[in-house]
Order: sequence, then C-alpha cells, then structure tokens
Amino acid sequence: MTEARTNPDFSLLPPGTGQVQAFDAPLPLENGAELPALQVAYQTWGTLNDTRSNAVLVCHALTGDQFVLGPHPITGKPGWWEEIVGPGKPIDTDRYFVICANVLGGCMGTTGPRETNPETGKPYGLSFPVITIGDMVEAQARLIEALGIDRLLAVIGGSMGGMQVLDWSTRYPDRAASVICIASAAQHTAQNIAFHEVGRQAILADPNWADGDYLAKGTLPRKGLSIARMTAHITYLSEPAIARKFGRNLQDKDELSFGFGADFQVESYLRHQGSSFVERFDANSYLYITRAMDYFDLAASAGGQLAEAFRGSATRFCLISFTSDWLFPTEETRRIVHALNAVAGNVSFVEIQSDKGHDAFLLDEPVMVDTLRGFIDATAKNEGAGS
Amino acid sequence: MTALRPDLKAIADIVPKSARVLDIGCGTGDLLAYLRDEKSVDGRGIELDNKRVNAALAKGLSVIQGDADQDLAGYPANAFDIAILSQTIQAMHRPKDVLADLMRVADATIVSFPNFGHWRIRAALAFKGRMPVTRNLPNRWYDTPNIHLCTVADFSALCDEIAANVEGAIAIAPSGAVRSFQPGSFAANLTAETAIFKISK
Repeated sequence: MTEARTNPDFSLLPPGTGQVQAFDAPLPLENGAELPALQVAYQTWGTLNDTRSNAVLVCHALTGDQFVLGPHPITGKPGWWEEIVGPGKPIDTDRYFVICANVLGGCMGTTGPRETNPETGKPYGLSFPVITIGDMVEAQARLIEALGIDRLLAVIGGSMGGMQVLDWSTRYPDRAASVICIASAAQHTAQNIAFHEVGRQAILADPNWADGDYLAKGTLPRKGLSIARMTAHITYLSEPAIARKFGRNLQDKDELSFGFGADFQVESYLRHQGSSFVERFDANSYLYITRAMDYFDLAASAGGQLAEAFRGSATRFCLISFTSDWLFPTEETRRIVHALNAVAGNVSFVEIQSDKGHDAFLLDEPVMVDTLRGFIDATAKNEGAGS
Repeated sequence: MTALRPDLKAIADIVPKSARVLDIGCGTGDLLAYLRDEKSVDGRGIELDNKRVNAALAKGLSVIQGDADQDLAGYPANAFDIAILSQTIQAMHRPKDVLADLMRVADATIVSFPNFGHWRIRAALAFKGRMPVTRNLPNRWYDTPNIHLCTVADFSALCDEIAANVEGAIAIAPSGAVRSFQPGSFAANLTAETAIFKISK
C-alpha cells in the first residue's frame, strides 16, 4: 500500500485515522475526462476468510462516509450504521469482512475537490471533473480488486448507497453474489433534483464560497452549506416524525418572541444540524455528489428500459423501502422489483411500516434488521461463506 | 425438513421437476423451499405479510412483498412454467382477473381452494341457518379474510368462462388422501373439502 496523500493539509480526514489505497493509473470517467490518479480512503472490519468469499461492501449515502462504526474521527460520535454492522449484527463482523470506502468526490480522504490535484499541486476545487454514481463504483471496484477480492458476498447501501448498489449489480453482476438496496431508486426523481438544486444554489449564493476557491481564500461557506443541509434534512424526516419530536414546542422560552430567532425547537434543531454539518463536510463535495445523484438514471444507461439493465443477472437482489419515505418512496423501489420480475431476476422485496421517513434506514427498524439477517445469512449459506 | 402440509404436498406432486414456479401467497415459503430442495424448482414468491416474507427470505428464497391483485401485471407473458395459488384465491379482490393474469404469465396454473359446496357446509347453512364455521374455514362471517368463496361447480364454471382448459382436478381429504375427479362431478362438489385444479390456456 502506498501512502499517497501528498498534501493532507486540506483533507478533512485527520492523519492516521484510516486506511488509504492509492492507484497510479488514471481513472477514466463517464464524462469522457479522466482523473490522473486516484486514492480511496476506506475502513474494514472483520477478517477475510481463506477463500475470500465473505467480503461485504457497504456503500454510504450522500453525507455519510467510511466510518460505518465509530468513533468518527472528527465528531467523536458513533458510526452511521452501528444498528446493522458489528459483532452479532446482521452484517456480522465476526463472520464477514466488511469494507466501506469514502466515495469518489467525497471529502474524507478519497479523491475529491478537497484533495490535491497532482498536476497543479493545489486542491482540485472546481477543477474536479463532474463525476457519476458509476464513477464512484469504478473507484470502489479498484479498491476491491486491490484487496484481492474477486467476488463480494454482498454489496449493500441505502439512499445514494442504494444507487451504487444498483450500479454494481449491472456493471459487475459477476462480482457480487447479492446486492441489497434500501430506500433508494433507479433514477433520481424531478422532485429530488429540485431539492438538490435548492441546496446547491444556497452554497453558490454564499460569498464565502468564493467561486469554489474558498480553500485558497481561507474562507468557508458556512451559511450556504448549512442551509443546504437544513433543507435536505427536512426531506429525510416525515411529518409525523417531526411532529412527534418537536411539535410546536418552543425553544428555551415560554412565549413567542415576535422576532426571527429560533422560537421553535424544530428551528433550533435544524440550525444545529446545519452548523454541525459544516464542521465535517465540504461544500464543493456537496455540489459534486448531489450532481452525481441527479444524473443517476439506470434505465437511461440501459437504452431506456430498466429491465434491460438487469437482463441475465444471476445476482440475488434484496430491496427494502419504508412506507413514510417520501424522498425515495416505495413506488420507486417497486419499479425496480417489476423490472427484475420482467427479466426473471432473483428478487426479494419488503416494504417496512415506519413513520420515520427516509432516515428509517439508519435507525433501529426491527423488521429491516430481520430482513437483512435472513437474506444475508441465506446468501452466505448458499455461497458457503461466513460460517 | 418438516413434513409439508398435505394439500401443499399434493400440489408439489403435480409440479414437474426443474420447473420455473411462481407461488402467489407463498406464506413462509414452505412449498417453495420443498420444491427447490426436492424438485430443483426455480421458484419465486409473492406474499402480503412482511413477517412471512422475512421467514421465506431466511430460507434463501426470492420473495417479494406484494399483492397479486396489483403486482402480476408487471410480469411478462410465459415467464413461468407453473403458477400456484394455494388457498389464496378466495381472499383475493379480483379472482377472475388474477386467474387471467396467471394464465398469461404461466403455462399452467395450479389453484387450491376450500370447496364451499362440501356437504358439511351445506348442512351447516341448511340446518343451522348460520354461516358455516368448519375446520377448513374456521373464521366467522365478520372476521373472515375469505371474501370470494366458491364451490367446485362455481370454479368449473369460471374456468369455462375464461376459456381455461382444466388439465386435472383432485380432491384432498384432511388425511391427505387424494383422488381425481371430473370437474363437472356432482359427487366431488359434495365430498371434496379442498379441491385442486390444474388449468392452462
């Protein structure tokens, strides 16, 4: 393994807190350009078995990272999927070798707008090419190959992670025995593109964004990135979840202020979500990754018919959606199920009753836990892995 | 492997080896797992209840949570050799449409259902004047999921109506004893507690 982090000054990944794999060969991108070099920051848990058949790749969501299990090196908080991954959990680190890599374009050590462009010696900033979900998968595939794994037992992820999972299933159907796609879709809907556009415009409108050059200018688009996060965060919840958590309760006061401070708890909560996000996420990464999601359309890349994307695949699919998820509604998952049915795919699907909205996939949802445990155990048994 | 319920065993016996099978209302997947293990069947299931779907997934089966009333339209024609509707048709909202869909997606369809023409049921209604509650149909009228009960004669008539070819019909006793009958048989309509039809286009 090469230590390739030539200029870690701007990287958000604190030195010595994770593994980084460097690749000297250029990475061709879907937009026709290529990255001169690639580095992928990742974490692993568990042990790869002798037959290298027990590897599970976890794909993180838009604002997630490789720290599936904590503590997070910046926030000190638990990892984002400790409900699902760990000893005795459905993705059992006592049985499986679990890998999670920061996505291409991310800001936790994988090549992205904050990392150094080897051709200029400066951070890429807006000179970073526009990347796609498929490009993210290509970067992951290089890592998996470097780890000596020909075939993954499972590729799993929620939301944007689910998009990567679907892309894996069509790009490398022989390299994944099973794929698990949670609260996701085969294409980003117009409404979701619209929400992303609001977030991006908030960043672009912040003078401290400095046309993307804030690292050189020594500024930080706190307001813009924070508003982007606040808007997005609302879409991750549901009306009942917000009502239960906050109602119309006032924040640290007994009566309305007749001003524009944070009178309501929900306002205070969102402001906190926004301001804490700025500490651990990069504004340009947010632009690039939201764009990659917007561009995702698996049917379009298969000639217009989603079913064609899956034709001939022997991979086992498990799809999960949540009743109150209005960002990635069940209907989107059903489209994938129907497409797989149309080509006789090996597909399982569960819609889980939950009022927690899109974020349900990150929370303790017992039916989801049971579904994942049953599916992954059966796959491992089938593949003779992880016993 | 635990023993298969007698009516499921009777269905399994008429499924050809290595067939592609779609089981509607597959429950926890007992039949599909048996068919996979004993007859090398490539099976898929549809089930409404997500706990049952999970139990089926844990058996390594491919099952989707869904409603045959709505989900069958997405399947292409002749995708399966055999479709199975085991003790499910009487709970469907549009049984005739579902049968038509199944005839489209599968070369043959196996349907099992409780025969409402059985003499015990007739007797319950005739002599007690109450909706029958039997070991086969244990629910009372107000809490039954069975909204479209029919007799063997009714089902035979429906097959005629949708131009389905009845390849075979069998009656199963609670003991598991199986006997074939002619679809129009007056006696079978009186004595079959559970009937199984195999129909095709």
